[in-house]
Amino acid sequence: MKHLLSTRDLDRAAAVRLLDVAEDMALTATREVRKLPTLRGRTVVNLFFEDSTRTRLSFESAAKRLSADVITFSAKGSSVSKGESLKDTAQTLQAMGADAIVVRHPSSGAAHQLAHSGWIDAHVLNAGDGTHEHPTQALLDAFTMRSRRFGGDSRGRDLNGMRVLIVGDVLHSRVARSNVWLLETLGAEVHLCAPRTLLPAGVGSWPARIHHDLDAALATGPDAVMMLRVQQERMHDAFFPSALEYAREYGLTAERFGRLEADTMVMHPGPMNRGLEISSAAADSARSTVLEQVTNGVFIRMASLYLLIAGADDAPRPSGADA
Amino acid sequence: MTGLLIRGATTLGGAQEDIRVREGRIVATGSLLPELRETVIDAAGLVALPGLVDLHTHLREPGGEASETVLTGTRAAAAGGFTAVFAMANTSPVADTAGVVEQVASLGHRHGYATVRPIGAVTVGLAGERLSEIGAMARSRAAVRVFSDDGKCVHDALLMRRALEYVATFDGVIAQHAQEPRLTEGAQMNEGALSGELGLAGWPAVAEEAIIARDVLLAQHVGARLHVCHVSTAGSVDVIRWAKARGIAVTAEVTPHHLLLTEELARGYDARFKVNPPLRRDEDVHALRTALADGTIDIVATDHAPHPAEAKECTWAEAAFGMVGLESALPVVQTAMIETGMLGWADIARVLSTAPAAIGRLEGYESPLAEGSAAHLTLVDPAARRTWGADDLHGRSSNTPYTGVELAGAIVATVHGGVPTLLDGALRPAEEVARG
Repeated sequence: MKHLLSTRDLDRAAAVRLLDVAEDMALTATREVRKLPTLRGRTVVNLFFEDSTRTRLSFESAAKRLSADVITFSAKGSSVSKGESLKDTAQTLQAMGADAIVVRHPSSGAAHQLAHSGWIDAHVLNAGDGTHEHPTQALLDAFTMRSRRFGGDSRGRDLNGMRVLIVGDVLHSRVARSNVWLLETLGAEVHLCAPRTLLPAGVGSWPARIHHDLDAALATGPDAVMMLRVQQERMHDAFFPSALEYAREYGLTAERFGRLEADTMVMHPGPMNRGLEISSAAADSARSTVLEQVTNGVFIRMASLYLLIAGADDAPRPSGADA
Repeated sequence: MTGLLIRGATTLGGAQEDIRVREGRIVATGSLLPELRETVIDAAGLVALPGLVDLHTHLREPGGEASETVLTGTRAAAAGGFTAVFAMANTSPVADTAGVVEQVASLGHRHGYATVRPIGAVTVGLAGERLSEIGAMARSRAAVRVFSDDGKCVHDALLMRRALEYVATFDGVIAQHAQEPRLTEGAQMNEGALSGELGLAGWPAVAEEAIIARDVLLAQHVGARLHVCHVSTAGSVDVIRWAKARGIAVTAEVTPHHLLLTEELARGYDARFKVNPPLRRDEDVHALRTALADGTIDIVATDHAPHPAEAKECTWAEAAFGMVGLESALPVVQTAMIETGMLGWADIARVLSTAPAAIGRLEGYESPLAEGSAAHLTLVDPAARRTWGADDLHGRSSNTPYTGVELAGAIVATVHGGVPTLLDGALRPAEEVARG
């Protein structure tokens, strides 16, 4: 695997392998020294054109646990804010010896352009591009679902037969897009629920069932309910009439949460707007996977970096890797 | 140059004819004309067209000389077989006064590669708030007849009504960039399944169609001429067809790229394919081709929009809209319309020369290739096929979508007012062209 840009690029075997390698990475967390020598001498650059403390820390942590040298580059206050282009920035970083560039950018397609424009040779890992994709988020979601469903018997499995309901602002959500493609690849049945104003054009051709009524969608008996963050700035742009109406129509209220099956997972990519798309009753319950998602994010990012940088050559494999 | 004898060109009727040019006019046509002391062009196997006329070119001068100038833009025009271009008003300063339009026209005249007819802005500074000095531009030495805020839509219905009424007094036309601004805020590509998948804000077809529908009704109401720029959707074609059936004085253009390319090209986020209006679906391309063939769409216009490399070597969202198109226009139209059997060469002469000249009230194109008419003509090798590269571009910018693409045909010679601007596929030096 040269780049990780989109979950659409992953077939079932590649996706399951990523999840399995993440299982190996998770094993290291239980050790006294939680570090592998796998990427010693390699340089990973976190190139963040958009603020995201959680994702940046997760990637930093992942690269450091693999013993890579890590350079974190934030566009704010840098030459980028003085007008330097993506091309020049990326070429500068490559000239400094970057083996992989983890890029987060407000423009859809930025990671794709870095990977395919011929500007650089480094591996490119998409850490979120505009409203397009956020593949490692979808992978950590799938990893979390698989772990909850199969526990220690997860390895080698997909999500065949699982019913996943994704609720909220699908239109602007890179998390939703990456999840739809990946969940379908892994055999899950995907449901989307949102007002029509928050669904993208052509969503009818996506491999998902579409709902506009959350109560009816919940009645289908999902194994996981994934609530998407409502971006506050959207409220002024006529996507829905008011925060109150949104919470009433599309929020996972305590009452709705109470109607879920006892083993239904409640997921959220964070950060959460409590009281808007999710109630505290749901967010803080035992069925909530929110903190597990954060923990698993590090393992998924370790697996991704390992497979990109070392997976295709003779670098040492992580302990316990089965391939 | 003493004169020209074009030997054995295939004329629009299909016959092989010689064409003699003297002092800017076609003085004789026929077979086996005697050779005098003149430059002879062997045109065996070449099609003779009237000089091409582009009703929609961005020359960027004044203000955008890094992208294009009147000289480089008209060189590109000559290389593409054009003998006249209408220069859009979105320069800096905007062409909204007699001074600016006269400057642009005069630069064109001085260089000599093509006639440059400036288009005047409809509103001051393209701001969409107050009418610009339309009358002064019309009466100026540039004799402006086409007015457009292209790049922006005249979206205020009352202002559009007033503009239509005002230009009607001197037989002018409003060329509308049909784009409802609120429906296209942040838009990056055609709205549809692909925009949803790529996470790029969509540009709905209805944003174009709604403005055209409004404007044809306004044009009918005030009895004025409306021209619709770069029609891109099947729904727009339906509206224009309906308007023409009602006898409304509307004309419309389609760009070469909208006749050939589709939104699928956005999939790689290559900003060369980012254009306004956006590339649409297969069904739209089919509808546009059909409309051009049946006359619903009157002309092809390039929307030649040069940009420096840095305006395209960036993310899709940051990249400028537009692509260059003067040099590739005829090969693209030949590929899309002649090779598919939808148009013949006589139709090409109409949609790329006589009809745009008529809409813009440009003289000298009324009787193409006839004895006594102005010697604006273009020789095309219809059998040529070539893969496009940077060498095919003669303007200052290289934002073409056709690099590496094989296109039909080649422009062999262009004659502007009796002066060859392109011979044997090579541009003639500026000083020779300027001398005439």
